[in-house]
Amino acid sequence: MAEVEVEVRVNGEPRRATVEPRLTLADLLRERCGLTGTHLGCEHGVCGACTVLLDGAAVRSCLVFAVQADGREVTTVEGLSDEHGLSDVQEAFRACHGLQCGFCTPGFVVTVTAFLRDEPEPDDEAVRTALSGNLCRCTGYQGIVAAVHEVVARRRDRAGAG
Amino acid sequence: MKAVAFEYDAPTTADEAVGLLAEHGDEAKVLAGGQSLIPMLALRLAVFDRLVDIGRIDELRGIERRDGALRIGAATTDAEVERDAEVRAAAPLVARATPLIGHLQIRNRGTVGGSIAHADPAAEYPAVALALDAELDVLSPRGRRVIAARDFFTGLWSTALAPDELLAGVSFPVWSGRSGFAVEELSRRHGDFAIAGAAVAVQLDDDQDRVRRCAVALIGMASVPVRATSAEAAAVGVTIDAVDPAEVGRLAAGDADPPSDVHGTAVYRRRVGAAVVARAWTAAVGEARSG
Repeated sequence: MAEVEVEVRVNGEPRRATVEPRLTLADLLRERCGLTGTHLGCEHGVCGACTVLLDGAAVRSCLVFAVQADGREVTTVEGLSDEHGLSDVQEAFRACHGLQCGFCTPGFVVTVTAFLRDEPEPDDEAVRTALSGNLCRCTGYQGIVAAVHEVVARRRDRAGAG
Repeated sequence: MKAVAFEYDAPTTADEAVGLLAEHGDEAKVLAGGQSLIPMLALRLAVFDRLVDIGRIDELRGIERRDGALRIGAATTDAEVERDAEVRAAAPLVARATPLIGHLQIRNRGTVGGSIAHADPAAEYPAVALALDAELDVLSPRGRRVIAARDFFTGLWSTALAPDELLAGVSFPVWSGRSGFAVEELSRRHGDFAIAGAAVAVQLDDDQDRVRRCAVALIGMASVPVRATSAEAAAVGVTIDAVDPAEVGRLAAGDADPPSDVHGTAVYRRRVGAAVVARAWTAAVGEARSG
């Protein structure tokens, strides 16, 4: 089968690769880019562990072929923190016990980052609905829900203080 | 698991896509958002020699109101539909069905045309298209043709599309006047395919509370999305207070041919179906009355 050249901007860096069309974006990120923060659980679009941002939209990277991302911009969990440390979403997950084993956490963190960008003042039902596409087997979700509310409260405080 | 290897094309015009489908016949499959196709490829439930990705064809995207209908390009994503004010105004049934589709990550990729062409009987858009008597705009090397939604769904995951035909867009007729719309589903978890669901549209006469027309489409209640024609026939022309929602539900369940599987028996699905139809009917009538 013919391989295809792709160029994807990942966390701001241009990445080129020659790939089989069947290679998923998740496998491109993990195996060709060395960005193993994107986790693969089910590989058929159920668990949400592989969620990344594709042109800013949260998507399951196991349900996108790398060739479909050619010329597009991808942000993985590695791209959410900077030299100053964790993002506020990541800090809140830590503070609220929003993780235990951590396998699902990158997918949750990426999902929540996009969700709160689009909906900065969600109610509890909206939070739970937004989290419904990501599975966690450790926490029972309560800590994760609390973390999302914590981010909203902190951002509100910061906006008020500013 | 990983998909079996395939060749890949990413045409940028609909003509080019149709040409590729004509050249490769049923060895090729259209890839739209991929949110149903890619899992099937990953699980190797489906194998194709070639995928024709329509995700880079701008002319297949967009939402436009014209000639009494809302036309949505086949490659328009569910998320775009969800955010669109014109959809909420012109096709409330489409707007209300959309948040029930999968999860936000799915809706960011999944498309209107992809859902309808995939023709899962438990999916929302096929049932909504059927309820509203949508017209499906299809391209092929022979030109353009329109397929009525009622002629489109021929069996489980099967449609009237020939292997060289491409679904280009869907036109949902605008229901004006005193109309109401509702989608109700029962699923075990948010975002799952419904165990049973219903999409209901009701229009009342302008000057009295009588049912002028109505549509009841059943979700996950047969191998294809189906209209509950006996329930509809029993309600049309009747004063709304004389229509018992539970009776509409009971008649609708009789129009269904539900499957039995791990999530529920056919008998259970009929009972759930009757309940969700009654609920959707009540909600749609309530909205129509207040309109």
